[in-house]
Amino acid sequence: MHNFTPVASLIGGILIGSSAATMLLMNGKIAGISGIFAGLLKPVKGDTLWKSCFVAGLLAGGMLLRVLFPIAYEFGIVRPFGMLVVAGLLVGFGTRLGNGCTSGHGVCGIGRLSPRSLVATATFIATGATVVYFVNRILAGML
Amino acid sequence: MKAALTSFISGIVFALGLGISGMTRPIKVIGFLDFFGNWDASLAFVMLGAIGVYFFASRLSRKMPAPILAPAFSIPKRTDLDARLIAGAALFGAGWGLAGFCPGPAITALASGAPAVAVFVGAMAAGICLHGWIMVSETFAEPRRGAIIEPATDA
Repeated sequence: MHNFTPVASLIGGILIGSSAATMLLMNGKIAGISGIFAGLLKPVKGDTLWKSCFVAGLLAGGMLLRVLFPIAYEFGIVRPFGMLVVAGLLVGFGTRLGNGCTSGHGVCGIGRLSPRSLVATATFIATGATVVYFVNRILAGML
Repeated sequence: MKAALTSFISGIVFALGLGISGMTRPIKVIGFLDFFGNWDASLAFVMLGAIGVYFFASRLSRKMPAPILAPAFSIPKRTDLDARLIAGAALFGAGWGLAGFCPGPAITALASGAPAVAVFVGAMAAGICLHGWIMVSETFAEPRRGAIIEPATDA
């Protein structure tokens, strides 16, 4: 196992959890990024302001990372554009069909012990692992 | 607008957490999903930290009549499992494994200026719109009486 970063990952996870907890306790909202982002593309009355502010915060935090933690953008693996387009379509479509992504289901949903989120998270980790297996083993020579 | 400011600051903290944890780096995400290869367990610690904090926040929220800055909690109440949930999660996971990006880290990493991230986020937006169009045409094709309009999300 190379690149293992349990401490940084745990600290980052605590920050993510604290942010999501703040959204819940202060604003009563689920910090599910796919739903928040979709809400900007297809605005729902009354939800646009907080969603815009959250996404603006993500981008501002993203800018801060450039200065404070530049390793965050050492991607290590960058797939070809065609593959990224297919992946983006799957992520956009799939998160809407399944009502959530890693943050909404994986953190908030599991954190409140929602059976839907437990099943969704097990499912997306399983298909993600399957795809990685095939890409690494079978397509590796072609990329 | 305290609630709007809280959302903005939470977004910043969320992005910093994603960056520090390794979630913005496809090599870490794909390494985590590579169970049968050179497995990198780091992201399990992200989930441990995030879920651990949220678990207690969620329990605390149940004792509160309302959130501090809003009139009510908007929390999904569904508990049933349906084919859409599982199919959606399966498709999402496939895209996640393919690129190594999920929505939060991808939006955050737009700030890197890398064209690959912009391509991914653009395609993700297209996927969301595609879902909207398909669902709209389905509604017109077969209106269901008494159908429950789901709130946009669990998430």
